[in-house]
Amino acid sequence: MSKRINRRTILRGAVAGGAVGMGLPLLDCFLNENGTALAQGGAIPVRFGTWFWGCGMNPARWAPPTEGLGYELSVELQALDRTLSSGGKVRDHVSVFSGFDVKLDGNPNFPHGSGPASNLTGLFAPADGVFGAASIDVLIAREIGGATRFRSLQMSATGNRNHTYSRESATIRNASEISPMEVYARIFGPDFADPAAGEFVPNPRWTLRQSVLSAVKDDRDKLMSRVGTHDKQRLDQYFTSVRQLEQMLDVLLSGPPDLPSCRRADDPGPDILEGEVFQNDLDSVNQRHRALADLLVFALACDQTRVFNMIFSSGISELTVPGLNTTHHQLTHDESIDAELGYQPQATQFVLASMEAWADFVERLASVPEGDGTMLDNCLVFANSDLSYAKPDDVRGLPTMIAGSAGGRIAPGMHIRGNTDPVTRVGLTVQQAMGLPIDAWGENSLQTSLPVSEILV
Amino acid sequence: MKHYKPGSSIAALLAVVVVAAGACGGSDSSGGAPVTEGGPVALRRLTSQQYAQSVHDVLGERIVVPSRIEPDARIEGLLGVGASFVSVTPSGFEKYEAAAIAIAQQALSAELRGANVSCEPASPSGSDDGCATEFIATTGRRLFRRALTEDEIAMRVAIAASSATELGDFYAGLELALASLLVSPNFLFRVEEIEADPADGSRNRLTSTSVATRLSYLVWNSTPDDELLDAAESGDLLNTDTLAAQAARLLDSPKAEAGIRAFFSDLLTFRRIDEGLVRKSPTQFPAFTLTLAGDAKEQTLRTIVDHLVTQELDLRELYTTRSTFLTPSLGSVYAVPFGGGAWGPYEFAEDGPRAGLLSHVSLMSITAHPGRSSATLRGKFVREVLLCQDIPDPPANVDFSIVADTSGELRTARERLGEHVTNDACAGCHTLMDPIGLAFENFDAIGAYRTQENGADIDASGNLDGQSYNDAIGMGQALRDHESLGPCMTRNLYRYAVGRNPVPGEQVLLTFLDERFADSGYRWGSLIDALVLSDGFLTASGQREAEEAVQ
Repeated sequence: MSKRINRRTILRGAVAGGAVGMGLPLLDCFLNENGTALAQGGAIPVRFGTWFWGCGMNPARWAPPTEGLGYELSVELQALDRTLSSGGKVRDHVSVFSGFDVKLDGNPNFPHGSGPASNLTGLFAPADGVFGAASIDVLIAREIGGATRFRSLQMSATGNRNHTYSRESATIRNASEISPMEVYARIFGPDFADPAAGEFVPNPRWTLRQSVLSAVKDDRDKLMSRVGTHDKQRLDQYFTSVRQLEQMLDVLLSGPPDLPSCRRADDPGPDILEGEVFQNDLDSVNQRHRALADLLVFALACDQTRVFNMIFSSGISELTVPGLNTTHHQLTHDESIDAELGYQPQATQFVLASMEAWADFVERLASVPEGDGTMLDNCLVFANSDLSYAKPDDVRGLPTMIAGSAGGRIAPGMHIRGNTDPVTRVGLTVQQAMGLPIDAWGENSLQTSLPVSEILV
Repeated sequence: MKHYKPGSSIAALLAVVVVAAGACGGSDSSGGAPVTEGGPVALRRLTSQQYAQSVHDVLGERIVVPSRIEPDARIEGLLGVGASFVSVTPSGFEKYEAAAIAIAQQALSAELRGANVSCEPASPSGSDDGCATEFIATTGRRLFRRALTEDEIAMRVAIAASSATELGDFYAGLELALASLLVSPNFLFRVEEIEADPADGSRNRLTSTSVATRLSYLVWNSTPDDELLDAAESGDLLNTDTLAAQAARLLDSPKAEAGIRAFFSDLLTFRRIDEGLVRKSPTQFPAFTLTLAGDAKEQTLRTIVDHLVTQELDLRELYTTRSTFLTPSLGSVYAVPFGGGAWGPYEFAEDGPRAGLLSHVSLMSITAHPGRSSATLRGKFVREVLLCQDIPDPPANVDFSIVADTSGELRTARERLGEHVTNDACAGCHTLMDPIGLAFENFDAIGAYRTQENGADIDASGNLDGQSYNDAIGMGQALRDHESLGPCMTRNLYRYAVGRNPVPGEQVLLTFLDERFADSGYRWGSLIDALVLSDGFLTASGQREAEEAVQ
């Protein structure tokens, strides 16, 4: 690890105070002469991901009772007590942020919408389901996603492609993959260069497909001259996407990835989404989540992408269990608070299940050896929800967590109390850890220039 | 409906000024329509249905079009409006490219190439620029909805030639040229272009090819055919008589059914059924399978097409008609004897509990929760979608627990929802929604009939803006008679046709269109005719400008 140059240091030194959201090209010293693969095979990429669960938690039961390293696990975070095969507990790799607020400054609290909008953009939600700007994963993908086959991968275990919090801009959403079978075909289908497949022979069609794309790019200037500024922005997005596919073909032409843990994933088999009755019960959702997470881990091991978004349940969570004639979201509003317990027992079972799924996800990343440690050490996964206490759609104390060490840039395993600080402090920290040249983030009361320095290395 | 109103305030302001001027200018030759100016134009990305329909029309019905391309976005309640705001994301473009290659391979397969390529190459194993040019120019014109420029053709002939040489196969080379048409922004986006109106240089009108495209996607939900493109390219289409004749020709075509289905599917959010997103608790409603949901959608669309197109009846009576179409599995949810085969016509009984679209399984399921009916969602649907009335967002920090706790003393939805109207924070909006929705409480979460909830009799009576009713049938009659029903349908069709909400200056035009609609006895064809001949369809204030920068 000591050989790696700390890229964040370089970037921050080079462009201190640079404009927010400016994508910087990967520095040449990190790339081989084709500009497509990391030089000196074996250098391990650092990845960024988000992991989302819907309908929050019960704040007093979720927040760990103690602060700092080795924090004591709360009743709703018992899932993090799992022991990892690589050593230690999940808790030791997961930092918990409690009491960080989504500030509203008098703006409407769109139920299930305002939390993610502000947490992921630093801006107030302009309308329900609308973000003020590109989301944090896209800002990071523009920085680190350009050198891989896929700039980013979006996945949702909910069965709904529209469940996504990834935004290219206010109205342009990155749709989620929902089918393990389709994800497998997309990543590990015929175009995948399997390092175990013997001599690499490029498919002649890849070059021909590139010529198709260059013809499309030739349409650009004429079309641009015929449209207004609204459409120029949309066409810019379109042509950015064309360039990303050119990049993908470049990566394919450069041959199989040179990473020791890389191998083709197992085919997940036929889709369980295709049944006559869609299953939202926890067992089925967990099964889809694990299948998608497995494929994602293989994709990361082969450096097919460095940015991902995983959704376990949506904001208006449709999770259910057999015999229950309602859903997690409905229960959070409908179920009475048990007088003795002091919380909603039925709704709360889904909070516990969501934290178990989160632990599953972290455990999978920790199961792949990389360098001196595991893949988890080279990831930063930003877990977040849409609400804190879902019954009144509360966004104060929005729960977030960070798993992994981001290649040594993050000190893992702490509990940090926000004491009503804006939640954007966590988002700012995430961006700085991922090397974005950004000193301040957010608007009005959401604005901050104060990262959570305790966890930054 | 959410209040997301991007767009140019300058354009809106201009439109107001123009209307003020136009109001004195009297009317033009197209049947007394007021002189107005349409709002701004924008690129409109093909919806997934339009993409598939266009490919089928140009390259053949037998082509299997990949279904999961970039998803459409619903903005202001319509995918047709969202199409003016979406772009193409990296993963979306990847899917478009994969789809283009899959489509091109099928279209130029040994089986289908005869229908799609009218010329014979000099050799099947090499390039032939002449034949490639003919194919690209002919097919490209249908896909781009205009003639290709020489450069656009030459570039693709070069791709076809180099690919044919590389792969040793003329048709394989042509596949890549066809793929380059299918991934082009000129195919994926409908480009609406404007030009100065030669009769009045201060006004902008849509170009004739842009009008052809608007017309074709409105009426057919697909790309223009050669005859319409011929009329557009000669400029003739901008003559009122020619436009009226072409509109009539398109409406008379069998392809018009796809157009009316597309509009109502969009308005009634049937895409949610297509995507398997209307879900019910499988233990509670085992009958509600994906197939049944699809049948329910089909029932409603068949009813609409039969009523509006085949029978040419009054649109308002869609909410009172007892005529419909059923399958045996739908018949069992409706608990009516239906012994037909797959699909057959059916009359709900005169003394039965059902009449109108709002008693259909489709709409009752869409506007309910997975395990329970929702008077609030149903009322919201009627207010927003059918009457075009805005419902404000719910306030934060509300204790919902009393509303849905069915275990206590409050047994029916009416009793539980009583809390909404006795609580000031809730009453403002819920008095707009709940009373309407309670009219449908005799229909459960999948639209099956019931007279009791938790052992208590259901009271479905109420009052819609002054007209009282006792049940869903009376509610349907009140809706049919509501003064906003016709104008709201006009407004929704207009938004769908032009891909945006009306700008303030267009209200006078909407009023005129609604009068024409009413004068015709609310006949669908009359509304379409009046709309496509109107200034709103044919003119524009300019190109849509970007929203104010978000900091």
